[in-house]
Amino acid sequence: MLKIRIIPCLDVKDGRVVKGVNFVDLVDAGDPVEAAKEYDRAGADELCFLDINATHENRGITYDLVRRTAEQCFMPLTVGGGVRSSGDVRALLKAGADKVSFNSAAVANPETVAEAANLFGSQCIVAAIDAKAARPGRWEIFTHGGRRSTGIEAVGFAKLMEKKGVGEILLTSMDSDGTRNGFDLELTRKVADSVSIPVVASGGVGNLDHLVEGVSKGGASAVLAASIFHFGEYSIREAKDYMALAGIPVRQQ
Amino acid sequence: MPTVIVDYDSGNLHSALKAFQRMAVETGDGEVAVSSDPDSIAKASRVVLPGVGAFGSCREGLENRDGLLEALAHSVRIRGVPFLGICVGMQLLADMGREHGDTPGFGWIPGEVVPINPRGSRFKIPHMGWNELAIERTHPVFDGIISGDHAFFVHSYRFDSKCPESVLASTFHGEAIAAAVGAGNIVGTQFHPEKSQHLGLRLIENFLRWTP
Repeated sequence: MLKIRIIPCLDVKDGRVVKGVNFVDLVDAGDPVEAAKEYDRAGADELCFLDINATHENRGITYDLVRRTAEQCFMPLTVGGGVRSSGDVRALLKAGADKVSFNSAAVANPETVAEAANLFGSQCIVAAIDAKAARPGRWEIFTHGGRRSTGIEAVGFAKLMEKKGVGEILLTSMDSDGTRNGFDLELTRKVADSVSIPVVASGGVGNLDHLVEGVSKGGASAVLAASIFHFGEYSIREAKDYMALAGIPVRQQ
Repeated sequence: MPTVIVDYDSGNLHSALKAFQRMAVETGDGEVAVSSDPDSIAKASRVVLPGVGAFGSCREGLENRDGLLEALAHSVRIRGVPFLGICVGMQLLADMGREHGDTPGFGWIPGEVVPINPRGSRFKIPHMGWNELAIERTHPVFDGIISGDHAFFVHSYRFDSKCPESVLASTFHGEAIAAAVGAGNIVGTQFHPEKSQHLGLRLIENFLRWTP
């Protein structure tokens, strides 16, 4: 049986983890490669790097970082942030990313995503959707790190992304992100039920019940979290043990 | 002669190379190289064929490199060196791929590559993530790997074997899926050993030690 994935996400700026990662035995808490190695050892199912100030100039840093991480971590790695073209995808895949996520560029021009999925295969193209509730039952897409409203309805956009050939949707609720109050379960459920590709729930995890709910109520195929893992509140193993007890199928080692 | 990972521009070979290099140190197997040079492939001591994307574009990528398919066939079919196909690299072993039209495979293991057709809508496609292996046959490449161990999969098509004894391991995602196939000096895994943490590294180590 396919297992629900637990994915720690590292926000990276200029090649350093922002917000910090607070593992006991890390020599350098700001080094994403060290953090990645630790998560690999801990049995994370995948890892996500989000380049939060992706600009043309610092791209080289990201490529180098992805390369150094891929050398040491034998688990899937998704990289996102500032991805605009098939050329960006190619460079990130070459550096060692397994999946590349499009965000603003997918909204600006969905054909960019179609082209990349065609060239590299659906399995490595992710649509990262940042959505915010506009009114009950309607969510709209925000781009540029959640700063720009587009007026585009999120569930329909997720379906469009599936049609354009993406292999997965990384769905972040801008309302929940950073609140530690849990995922937007209604949004997650709506999107998960509307597409036949896997949906990764993101934004708002503050405890292990939230991870369980993302799956049991939200219908997510994977759950992404940052701070609860980075600050050592919960280990990957604790999260998996807890989910297993709640009846969620997870990979335990 | 080194182990050669065949480079035909099918995605990321970096992590595969690193995984093989790491395990080659363990086995004392020496050099691992990434190459698209037919001469290197024809002389390799072991051949690894990765593959991501569509069946047809992988086949085309191989054909577009002069002499590459011939070099592969020479090593694997005539010299009989150990061969490992990964993901679409395994699917190419079949007679035919049915993804976006029909594309012939190598025909080294009888079967065809067909869409995963899960019974029940709760099975998402692609089949993406960690799934349990059921070991169907003992094989040196699966030494130390047992049923219930997890491997990382990401694919929408499956190898429909026409020869049940070639299926070394299977998994389940709404229907039975061949997780590994093998015949003689040839093995293929639908999952990604280079992304499957301990299990994957173990399989790579076994492959590097394998003398069919």
